[in-house]
Order: sequence, then structure tokens, then C-alpha cells
Amino acid sequence: MAAIQLKSSDQNGMQIVMSKSFTFEDDKNKMTEHVLNPEKWIDSYADYLFNYTIGRVNDVEVAKDLVQETFLAGLKSAKNYKGDAAERTWLIAILKRKVIDHYRKTNSKKGRAEVRMDYSARIDAQGDWLEEQVADPFSTFENNAIETQELGRAIHSCIAKLPKKQALVFTMKTIQDMDTETICNELDINPSNLWVMIHRARTALMGCLNQNWFQT
Amino acid sequence: MTISCEKAALICNKTQYREATFMEKMKLKFHLLLCKNCPAFSKRNTKLTALCQKANLHSLTLEDKRKMKAVLKEGS
Repeated sequence: MAAIQLKSSDQNGMQIVMSKSFTFEDDKNKMTEHVLNPEKWIDSYADYLFNYTIGRVNDVEVAKDLVQETFLAGLKSAKNYKGDAAERTWLIAILKRKVIDHYRKTNSKKGRAEVRMDYSARIDAQGDWLEEQVADPFSTFENNAIETQELGRAIHSCIAKLPKKQALVFTMKTIQDMDTETICNELDINPSNLWVMIHRARTALMGCLNQNWFQT
Repeated sequence: MTISCEKAALICNKTQYREATFMEKMKLKFHLLLCKNCPAFSKRNTKLTALCQKANLHSLTLEDKRKMKAVLKEGS
């Protein structure tokens, strides 16, 4: 736009520039128009927030509590929502504070500040032989833990790309280990319907993981 | 004794959740010997199951969400 301004010094040119900058302003206003509707929060964001939390606190119950607290806090401070971030981004920002607070709380309890160290967690260890504690250079244990977490994130992000119903059926069947019959009753579908959805979900996931997991 | 690839895929999916009967599994095995494409599908499907198990996934149940909704309603 600056280039146009430099080239056209006559009045016509100026007008063009002016009108252009106005449409730009309009677009910007449209983009920042976000409104909150808390009734839909849990259906739309609970899974996303939960996955975000579980990657950081590693405890299902704590994660559930944090997500719940986030929604409540969001509801309480809804009047402070300026609308310059999307709903989900705004909720994640609250959740981040909650996660930090959680760690602050668990670390501030009395006595935690003092460092206790046992040389060995093994009961059968004889004496305080430091030699026993040397890291095994061929161990893959630490990497495995990190890899598992990353794998979990990759799978969850692939599930998030599925159509809602498929994602729901797949999670219930695979992650929550529910019976076919229970799921059918809960969602009011018949078994062949369920297997079709499972098939589609699995095929999509295989493709998605092939791209995001095996090739990076 | 021969079954279609669709049927084979269905049994393969059921196998991932240990819900295929013995007869179905036999039919699937037989089909996998003859078919050109299904073995690859079966292999990838099994791999997906292994990955899901390895990742130790967690998720919110419908019940959890119901509870959350109730609490949220109280709070508003």
C-alpha cells in the first residue's frame, strides 16, 4: 500500500489509498469479533484442554480438576474478556496459569524445600556404592518415556482431525475400552453402524500417523 | 469359505478389540493368504492398536463431561 501512495500523488490516487485502508480496518474489526458462549465450552473444548493438561501434569484426576477450574474461572472472569483472542486461546491462557499454580502449590508445602536423597531406590542394594548408580549408557528408558508422551500427543492431534462422531466412537472404544453394546446404547446406534465408524476412524488415523509420526 | 475384502476388514477391526469369534478369525487368516491388499491393511491396523496401547492414552468420559456441565451450571 505504501508503494501506491508514493507513486500516485494526484487526488484520485489518494482516494484509492484512503478507501483501501478503510476496507483493511473493516476486516480487522471483523476478525477480532469474538464472543463467549459458555454453554458450548465443554462440548467444544473439554477434550482439547484435557489433552493439553495431561501432557503437563501426568495425572488424570489432577487434569480433570484443572480443566474444571479453568472453565469456572473463565465463567467468573467472562466480563473481562475483551474479545481479541479466540475463545479457545483465551481458555488455554487461563489453563496455563492453573497448571503453574498447581505446581507452585505442590512445591510450597512445608518440608518439600529440604532435599532428601537416597543413593538407591533398590532395597537389595548393599551399602552406598555409587558405582551401582552409574547410568547405563545403553538404556533407552528415558527416551522411551519422552517418546511415549510425544506419541500420545500425535495420536490425540490425529483424533482431533476426525469427524466428531467418529472421534467419539473411537475414543470410547479404544481409549476407554468400552463394550460395543454399551457404546451402542449410549449413542443410540447399531453395531454395524459402530463398526463402519470405527473402520473409517482407524483408516484415517493410520494415514494421519503415517504422516505425522513415522515420517518425522 | 471365501469372504470379501470388506468382510475381512470388519473382522480385522473386531480382532483389534478382541471381539472376533474363532470362526471369523479362521476366515480372516484364510483370506489374508489369498488376498493381495488385505495383509498390508491388517498389518497397519495391528500396528495402530499397538501404538494406541503404548501411548497410554487418557480421555474424558461422557460421564466426566456431564459432571463438568453440572458444576459449570451451578457456578453460573
